[in-house]
Amino acid sequence: MAIIQTSNLTYTFSKGPNLIFPSFQAEENSELLILGNSGTGKTTLLHLLAGLRKPTSGEVEVNGVKLNSLNGASLDRFRGKNIGVVFQTSHFVQSLSVMDNILLAPYFSNNKVSKSDAEKMLDRLNILSKKNKKTSTLSVGEQQRVAIARALLNNPSLILADEPTSALDDENAREVLNLLREQTHALKAALLIVTHDNRLKDEVKQHIELTAPKL
Amino acid sequence: MKLFFIAWKNCWQKAGATTLSLLLLSFGVGIISMMLLLENQLSEKFDKNIKDIDFVLGAKGSPLQLILANVYHIDAPTGNIKVSEAQRIIKNPTIKEAIPLAYGDNYEGWRVVGTTPRYAEFYGVKLKEGKVFETPFDVTVGSYAAKELGLKLGQTFKSNHGLDKEGEVEEGHDQLFTVVGIYEASGTVIDRLILTPVESVWEVHDHGDHEESAHAGIISAEEHDAEATHAEHTDEHAAEEGHDHAEDEHAHEEDREVTAYLLIKRLPMAPMILPQLVKNTNMQLALPAIEINRLNENFGIGMSVVKAVAILIMIISFLSVFISLYNALRERQYELAILRTLGGRRIQLFILILLEGFFMVALGLIIGLVLSRVGITLLSDMAKDSFHDEFNAMIFLPQEYYLVGITLGLGVVASLLPALRAFFMDISKTLSND
Repeated sequence: MAIIQTSNLTYTFSKGPNLIFPSFQAEENSELLILGNSGTGKTTLLHLLAGLRKPTSGEVEVNGVKLNSLNGASLDRFRGKNIGVVFQTSHFVQSLSVMDNILLAPYFSNNKVSKSDAEKMLDRLNILSKKNKKTSTLSVGEQQRVAIARALLNNPSLILADEPTSALDDENAREVLNLLREQTHALKAALLIVTHDNRLKDEVKQHIELTAPKL
Repeated sequence: MKLFFIAWKNCWQKAGATTLSLLLLSFGVGIISMMLLLENQLSEKFDKNIKDIDFVLGAKGSPLQLILANVYHIDAPTGNIKVSEAQRIIKNPTIKEAIPLAYGDNYEGWRVVGTTPRYAEFYGVKLKEGKVFETPFDVTVGSYAAKELGLKLGQTFKSNHGLDKEGEVEEGHDQLFTVVGIYEASGTVIDRLILTPVESVWEVHDHGDHEESAHAGIISAEEHDAEATHAEHTDEHAAEEGHDHAEDEHAHEEDREVTAYLLIKRLPMAPMILPQLVKNTNMQLALPAIEINRLNENFGIGMSVVKAVAILIMIISFLSVFISLYNALRERQYELAILRTLGGRRIQLFILILLEGFFMVALGLIIGLVLSRVGITLLSDMAKDSFHDEFNAMIFLPQEYYLVGITLGLGVVASLLPALRAFFMDISKTLSND
């Protein structure tokens, strides 16, 4: 069964272009790169897939559940449990430590994740030694790892990454991609990366190319 | 209770950035709480000491001074009155009881008051040890005075003339007072007085010198010729009162003087009758209740001004708490959007922001309440030096519960709008505006 499946998604901004997205689906252990230049609606598509925004028409189905059928708190909770999102720049709760920041994910989605599981996750991403540090003291690369740890701690079946590598140099970019891939396989999840970073083109086989909307 | 934890952490994170709001709030709360404590304890002291005293009969002068000196023992007496002259008033059938008070001496700055055992009985003050003074030069000491002076039963001391311990040391008397008893603590003026029979005061000033009339009028004599020599003011007094030194010995009874009488009325028409009797004498009749009301009114205006300023400070501090929460929200909206992405519900963000405001205000509140206690303690030390009285800083008044409730309530109100903004935030738009 497909983890995520979209059909005839469109989104119209009140004062802006009408975005029409190609339909696609992704299975367990699959990777899909969604490419497009700026203005093609990459981030909008990612938000539609994560249920952060409602499409004008069309459907998003995650693990067999139509996101349209969920509302308010139940949608928030469903997203928290099933979808892990890694954003382009990492934002954290400034007052909390690395450990407390990643534990926010299970807390807000009502998932039971033990502290030792969280430590294992940090260890896998090679940042266990930073667990008691404030996030603002970490380097950009380390922050990206914390963001990945936070997105993956709930064992989501769908991992959405928004430009996870564009702020990083080649070496760090490759490492982040590898980490995402490893974790995707470990979790038997589907990985969707939305990016304009052409370096990833050669690494990931499956691509979807978004084109600029017609005005 | 993770939300509590996050809000608590955020509150401290912000405490640095919001020091000004916190300080303002603390000062506002501190001043109001201090005023409440002060007002409460002052009026309690006044009420307790005024008890059932209907009038104070004393020498002409400021009626308020007469009350402060003889009921509260915090001001200098207005002068002395003749016992013989006072008889007409204190023996009046409308008067149930008259308690004499005779000033003149102090011991280490604590007032030695000549009176009768009725004085302490009247306030319901019981003995802790020893007995009540009976014969001249016996003293029974108030609990606070005994404690501060370290006086024990059987101990003797020499008194100093006047009311200040520094002044007039050279005029100290030779007679020894003996401590025969110590009263229990009562929260009344008795606590800080040294009581002795009126006769002790008379004898102290009779013996060993020939300037009895000048001395009996201690304060008035001192006041009206501070710079004059002894000889001069003795002469002056003798001249004024129309008798000379030779007659002193047998003029005692007639010339006995006291500082004041505390009067308790028997009949309700006393206030109508007594003022007539005082007319054309050099005595006056003051009503403690009226004088203290007048004092409270004047004092009250000052208190109201201070309170108004404190309330203004609090309003400003709430505005600044509100502004800082609101501004912080703009900086933190991405952070909040992430919490939503992680599965956080709108209502959780709403509660989170409210809690942060609540914690911030609670922090200011606690600092304010501590500040007011520190303030009262300092004030109490001052009062101890100048009035031998103290204030209790370690009490919590019922009115302060209102202060706490109102402050916390306003804290929630100040964070309501930011919290609503967090509630209605469009996460997708926020995340796209990166």
